[in-house]
Amino acid sequence: MKLGFYPGCSLEGMSREYSDSVVALAKRFDIELVQIPDWNCCGATAAHNLNKELSLSLPARNLALAEKEGFTDVVVPCAACYSRFSTTHHELMHNHDLRHKINEVMEMEYKGTINTLNVIQFIDKYIIDKIEEKIVNKFNYKAACYYGCLLVRPNKVLEFDRTEDPQTMDVVMRKIGADSIDWAFKTECCGAGLSVSATNTVARLSGKIVDDAEHRGAEVIIVACPMCHSNLDMRRSEINKYLGKKVTTPILYITQALGLAVGISEKELGFNRHFVPVNLPKKAETVQKEEVKTQKVEVE
Amino acid sequence: MSDNHNHIVDNSLAGKVKEHTGVLAARCYQCGKCSAGCPVSEDMDYPPSLIMRMLQTGDPKDEELVLRSKSIWYCLTCEMCIARCPMEVDIPPMMDYLRSESIKQNKANPASKNIISFHKAFLDSIKQTGRLYELGLTLDFKVRSMKLMQDMSIVPTMLAKNKLNFLPELIKNRRNIKQIFQKTIDKKEETK
Amino acid sequence: MARIGVFVCHCGENISATVDCGKVAQVTSDIPGVVVSVDYKYMCSDPGQTMIKEYIEKEKLTGVVVAACSPRMHEPTFRRACGEAGLNPFLCEMANVREHCSWVHDKNDVTTDKAIDIVRTLVEKVKRNEPLMPIKVPVTKTALVIGGGVAGIQSALDIANCGHKVIMVEKDPSIGGHMSQLSETFPTLDCSQCILTPRMVEVAQHPNITLYTYAEVESLDGFIGNFKVKIRKKAKSLDEKLCTGCGLCCTKCPVKNIPSEFDQGLSNRRAIYVPFPQAVPNKPVIDKEHCTYYIKGKCKVCEIVCPTKAIRFDQEDEIIEVEVGALVLATGFDIKRANFFPEYGYGKYKDVIDGLQFERIASASGPTLGEIRRPSDGQIPKKIVFLACAGSRDPAKGIEYCSKICCMYTAKHAILYKHKVHDGTAYIFYMDIRAAGKNYDEFTRRAIEEDGAKYIRGRVSRIYERDGKLIVVGADTLMNAKTVEIEADMVVLATAGIASPGAEELAQKLHVSYDQHKFFAEAHPKLKPVETNTAGIFLAGACQNVKDIPESVAQASGAAVKVCGLFSNDELTRDPSVAVVNRTAPPLFSTCVGCFLCQSVCPYQAIEKEEIKSRDGKILKTIAFINPSVCQGCGTCVALCRSKSIDILGYTHKQVYAEVDALLNTL
Repeated sequence: MKLGFYPGCSLEGMSREYSDSVVALAKRFDIELVQIPDWNCCGATAAHNLNKELSLSLPARNLALAEKEGFTDVVVPCAACYSRFSTTHHELMHNHDLRHKINEVMEMEYKGTINTLNVIQFIDKYIIDKIEEKIVNKFNYKAACYYGCLLVRPNKVLEFDRTEDPQTMDVVMRKIGADSIDWAFKTECCGAGLSVSATNTVARLSGKIVDDAEHRGAEVIIVACPMCHSNLDMRRSEINKYLGKKVTTPILYITQALGLAVGISEKELGFNRHFVPVNLPKKAETVQKEEVKTQKVEVE
Repeated sequence: MSDNHNHIVDNSLAGKVKEHTGVLAARCYQCGKCSAGCPVSEDMDYPPSLIMRMLQTGDPKDEELVLRSKSIWYCLTCEMCIARCPMEVDIPPMMDYLRSESIKQNKANPASKNIISFHKAFLDSIKQTGRLYELGLTLDFKVRSMKLMQDMSIVPTMLAKNKLNFLPELIKNRRNIKQIFQKTIDKKEETK
Repeated sequence: MARIGVFVCHCGENISATVDCGKVAQVTSDIPGVVVSVDYKYMCSDPGQTMIKEYIEKEKLTGVVVAACSPRMHEPTFRRACGEAGLNPFLCEMANVREHCSWVHDKNDVTTDKAIDIVRTLVEKVKRNEPLMPIKVPVTKTALVIGGGVAGIQSALDIANCGHKVIMVEKDPSIGGHMSQLSETFPTLDCSQCILTPRMVEVAQHPNITLYTYAEVESLDGFIGNFKVKIRKKAKSLDEKLCTGCGLCCTKCPVKNIPSEFDQGLSNRRAIYVPFPQAVPNKPVIDKEHCTYYIKGKCKVCEIVCPTKAIRFDQEDEIIEVEVGALVLATGFDIKRANFFPEYGYGKYKDVIDGLQFERIASASGPTLGEIRRPSDGQIPKKIVFLACAGSRDPAKGIEYCSKICCMYTAKHAILYKHKVHDGTAYIFYMDIRAAGKNYDEFTRRAIEEDGAKYIRGRVSRIYERDGKLIVVGADTLMNAKTVEIEADMVVLATAGIASPGAEELAQKLHVSYDQHKFFAEAHPKLKPVETNTAGIFLAGACQNVKDIPESVAQASGAAVKVCGLFSNDELTRDPSVAVVNRTAPPLFSTCVGCFLCQSVCPYQAIEKEEIKSRDGKILKTIAFINPSVCQGCGTCVALCRSKSIDILGYTHKQVYAEVDALLNTL
């Protein structure tokens, strides 16, 4: 089957391994992710910080293009792009005049039929029910699932998971055998787009996150956003400097973790692109048809 | 939530915030929960609840401080404030509005120059090619900020790990993007 | 011949500011049948009423129209005045030219014309009014008090001491309510149970009070002075006459792991249990849901050891029916629990507790015998943080109101903590300090000045646990919203007060109004705090709105005196505006055809079947009969009746159509 796909600038550039792992994982489940033709940058943080209409028009163009291609579900693995798409859709659908204005600005019409899926929603809808039979390596590590800000907030717009102690990622990870731990920094901001312009702030915020996960025994931190990955991984030396110690906990995209579990190679998943080496101890035995215990958790 | 305050005429900054974003400063009862949960509260000159208070007073001196603050530029738009606010005061869109007003009135805090430069460099890149060209952004930002040596340590690693594209990716309909910019952020302000 | 008097009131400026009252009086004087038409500044005042009375006598008026405020305001006033002047009160009507005219329009001619039209229609109606006599019903001088907390207890004792019988129904095995759970009460720091238990015993022993515990109201029928109530006495599995309260059964019961409701889950009780040692009645009940015998058919240890053979496993719920004249609702309140707060851990941290749990910990008869200890490991907390306004004043969480009592009990908690843990530190995150009662503000100052409680003005954004400590992240808004992070050993949330569980269901059974938060609605927020809109049902205590003990007691006494006032008459008079099925001469007897559709829609079950018999007993016709004692005059049957056989006295078809005609003729 084919699904619409919006990689966004990060997945094309700095976070290419995220894109590789999403596409590889989808392929393993016979899903072809088709990029929205001629997609443009969603504007990320810069646009909404400086101009509201620009910040709505850039994502709206992509939504309109997706509509033209006939997509309904569009997978947007970058949490920031997902946030911009969802916000744009929400604002345009709730404000008639604004929608007209933005349609006029981009010289296209967006009718509101696109259903934006973040990576976890994509996994929940298309992969999770079929994953059990494809698991070859149980991912039995202690994992701290890091959601960041934009996957779960603002709840009124996204209506995805709960804002405090969310569980959707944890449920997915448990399905592949992970011991998904309870920890205190699941949704605390990593420092977002200030990575270059205010690196000390990022070192502090990301440092606290990494420190708490390590303190509670996490062997790996799972993310679903390229900016979070970049701050927690690429900025590790600044984090170590802030914490005054060396923390070696690797950061994995959720699609990389799932990819490992279903037997996709580390090379294909782009592990070599990480700054913090992914040295997960070889615990996983090749498993054939073993019951994967899932913990029942109430998601409010 | 009642919306029966449309009869009030309010020309203050708080009034403009209400008009453009729907956020009513008077709803804030200064509980401080936003400031408590804000990850960058300690980097700001005025934490979010204090910004709110300065809008509430209606005093032009306070409004100046708001538009000239570092706070509005440090705000990460992480949406933690609105997630916890008991009165559902939607601070993130308010911050967006204050930021654009701050630039429009030429009052952006000099200490936040780098943050603003980064954003402008980012948008410049998109305007040219339609997608972010990271190398171009880096160079543009370095020129604007004069932080020539920053991040030099990680650039080689990034190149080695194939994380930086040497060449930009150009979309086909760049004209559409330029038009979007012209009709929004680059639009000449009409005299009101 | 109709001789109608029209009296136009200025109502100070309320009416005359937009309506030309003089002109109204002048124009209406020309209506045929109107012999007097005057205006005056305050008709409801003494001189105003006297003026009406004088005109009635002088001009021999056959009907009066007072053009003034809403009849809901002053109809009784003017009707009483007419009655005193010898005119049947129901020949007096009010034309509402205030709420329906002057208050909703601007000052101009059209407004005055509208006022004239309103008066004109009422004049036409009054011309067709018939004199009516009030209906008298007997009063059962027994009161039903629902709820055995401090408000219910106070009400019951007050009514009983006035010489009337009281039936008290309490759904828990013991009376006492939340007050019996408290350790000490503000602002005096009286031991709560010490001041309450004497009253509890008094209720149990009072000759005029019949106490049913572990019982609930099943249904209510009837009307003021004449209620019929069905009470479900839940099976206690006990013969109360044989039980001596020795408590042996409770010590032998093998099921030991049921969280105690009285201790708010901090300790366990048995399947057969007395909720607390000072319970009234001090007799156990068996919790059927957890008792091994009821679940699996085995055990019966309690039956074996009971020295008086009082256990009855075959006991069923019993429904009894009582007749009462008035009800007092005193069902109290509940509080939100720690699991209501996502940002404070969704209830997963054992040491984040609510206010009632802290009361149990501080209480000398509680799970820790009065020592302040953490529920998780029993250690004494050296740093304790209290969060005021947890959930209250929080529209995002659906509770926009203030819960009133938390500021005071939080100060109290801090004081109790410091009295017991001398080297501990108490922090209180607050927004405001609401201490408006007598000696209340002094009490909070005492907490700050004498007991060293550290008040921080700001709310807490989140609480998480790390290495056995609770990290509390808040802000100090009096220090420019600086972040304040405290590593606490224990956190007490002063959670929002809410309606007690089952409140909505009970209100619907009793036809009592309630608001969106399920608190029972008082009849008027200012002037009728203890009455409901349902005649004969009164309110006492926190079921109307969260309140503290002095206010609950005061309101309970207020409700009691309303009940006693009701009982001070042997008969009640009812408004005669009831529906009546017409009767005509034989052989028709009535235009009613006996379809009884009216009976099926009457909300008050007021309609019966009446057989019209010939002299030798043969049934000629069966028609509808409306019981004037029960009918509330709602008009549903009138609207429904297809043969137009029903009229409401005082609002007959003739009268209403006359009003409509009058309006149409002026258009």
